[in-house]
Amino acid sequence: MTTLPINSSDNTGEDPRQRPQLVLNHRSFGSVTDDILKGNESSKAPKSWYFALAISFTMMSILGVMIGYLIFTGVGVWGNNNPVAWGYPIVNFVFWVGIGHAGTLISAILFLFRQKWRTAINRFAEAMTIFAVICAGTFPGIHIGRVWLAYWLFPIPNQMDMWPQFRSPLLWDVFAVGTYFTVSLLFWYLGMVPDLATMRDRSTTKIKSIAYGIFSLGWRGSMRHWHRYERAYLLLAALATPLVLSVHSVVSFDFAVSQLPGWHTTIFPPYFVAGAIFSGFAMVMTLAIPARELWGLKNFITMRHLENMCKVVLLTGSMVGYAYSMEFFIAWYSGEIYESFTFINRAFGPYGWAYWIMVSCNVITPQIFWFKKARQNIAIIFTASLLVNVGMWFERFVIVVTSLANDFLPSSWGIYEPTWVDVVTFLGSFGLFMTFFLLFIRFGPVLAIAEIKAVMPEADPHGHGHSYSEMEGETAASAKEMEGGE
Amino acid sequence: MSQAATTTVAREDLFGLAAEFKDTPSIYHAAEKTHQAGFKWFDCHVPFPVHGLDRVMGVKMTILPIFVFFGGLTGLIAACILQVFTNSLEIDLWAIVPVVGYQFQVSGKPLLGPAAFVPVAFEMTVLFSALTAVFGTLFLNKLPMFYHPVLKHPALSRATDDRFYLVIEAKDPKFHRDEVEAFLQAFEPESVIALEK
Repeated sequence: MTTLPINSSDNTGEDPRQRPQLVLNHRSFGSVTDDILKGNESSKAPKSWYFALAISFTMMSILGVMIGYLIFTGVGVWGNNNPVAWGYPIVNFVFWVGIGHAGTLISAILFLFRQKWRTAINRFAEAMTIFAVICAGTFPGIHIGRVWLAYWLFPIPNQMDMWPQFRSPLLWDVFAVGTYFTVSLLFWYLGMVPDLATMRDRSTTKIKSIAYGIFSLGWRGSMRHWHRYERAYLLLAALATPLVLSVHSVVSFDFAVSQLPGWHTTIFPPYFVAGAIFSGFAMVMTLAIPARELWGLKNFITMRHLENMCKVVLLTGSMVGYAYSMEFFIAWYSGEIYESFTFINRAFGPYGWAYWIMVSCNVITPQIFWFKKARQNIAIIFTASLLVNVGMWFERFVIVVTSLANDFLPSSWGIYEPTWVDVVTFLGSFGLFMTFFLLFIRFGPVLAIAEIKAVMPEADPHGHGHSYSEMEGETAASAKEMEGGE
Repeated sequence: MSQAATTTVAREDLFGLAAEFKDTPSIYHAAEKTHQAGFKWFDCHVPFPVHGLDRVMGVKMTILPIFVFFGGLTGLIAACILQVFTNSLEIDLWAIVPVVGYQFQVSGKPLLGPAAFVPVAFEMTVLFSALTAVFGTLFLNKLPMFYHPVLKHPALSRATDDRFYLVIEAKDPKFHRDEVEAFLQAFEPESVIALEK
């Protein structure tokens, strides 16, 4: 099997006889480390980083002010009203949890499927997951009305003889999201330990040396440690795979277990999971495209990686489109008047505009990725990924608001309008997300350095393939351009 | 060069000898030969898991999966007990404060309805398994360990970057300094380094 020349920056060929390079323009492990950590080790971050951090931090502070205002004033500052008790906070919660799905999907499911291209994007997709779940967790926390009683969500022994209601999907959510956050955090951290050790060993200042030293736990690259580490990583991947599918299923139970038309459907769990992966990948692309420019990671997050992500977005976007049409079909086929009304009302009622934004962003936009030219055009990918994020937010808006606003009895119908506090709080959550993310790419190992080295052809210890005899000069293995099979 | 470097460490301070390699096939073969020569106390320090290296070193399959199984089982049982106790029974117990279950009927759902308890049981199983997997690895690897002769030597900091080290420890019964040094030199390493305790 031959590979493209190592200096080629085009690895998007589809010729199955040529195995594409995942790492471009590198033939030594040392230069990979240097190149990935360039952004972390330079004494000053690029100006755009400071600029972005300033904006994000301001937005995050505004989020804090909004939450303070909410707590001191009451839930009345929001647009939530009697039929639509769930408004923005739950829309935002589902939106952020959905985004959080790509990280664990990439790190767990693609790992089990031996998709080696995941190594370049898994680390910051996992980071994105953690930060997105933090944003997600904020909303139900402040939505409960009396924020100081948020600990009632947990089964804590108390003198009131009260316990949470375990038959309620809302409590399942507490456990699902809590478990998801913890497992994602463990997965992320365990994966980072060897890379933190790399940063420790290369640190130039005392503070860095101590900080990375503590977080890397004294990792010394022992193969006996790697052996258990790899086993633990595989186990975590195997555990996180059903987990990632369960989390958004449980989130969908919040809706599906109720008896509201438009919510009470069995299609919800798979449809929510597909939507979550869809929005998560879109967010990974939204972050990866500027990050690879700013941090000089184009040799690792290559065109091929972006192209693969586009294909995932195309697939999951089409699944979401299929779910939309199937919901409509079943609403008609069931002959249920409330169900039928709800769907016609979604498309042509007072929130029809939101429905059509959703359809055009989520179903029509990704179809452009059928074309290879579009999958290789950064501007198109970036625009499409932003549109998908917008569309997926509107999907949750449509689901939450339309079903609540117009249910069975016209006498109890209402119209929901968000207030400025709703909108600013939502925008503020992006500040929280971006602040964490920017700090992470500056101070953490932004790519999985050890894993990337392990997928380079040079990492193969059985470097005695047919290409060996053709090598002269340097050590054959390190100069090896051919990827020998096992 | 390596001859002079290794003799600077006194015999009683010697932790072991390290051979430095530039690529994966070299360490793979060196580790294989070291294992075949009957050394028990040796290790490889590598920047990424070299495929198959643990096997040729004679590393036995870790018992971690068994830990994880019992961790998961604990989570499952804990979740079942928690849910049944708090929502289905009314028994007095002591847990920090006296506690008693809270039977209340909602939407005509049965007090002891296993279907409703599945999601939380599943999540707790995964949670406990994952915690066991991570903390089990750290426990078996004896991490965190902030002092180690391998971490002490400045040259070996490249073990997390781009070099591969085979370390034979002095406490190995077959360890004789000169013999081991000659043994390592035979693999044509970049250098042989003496590690201080």
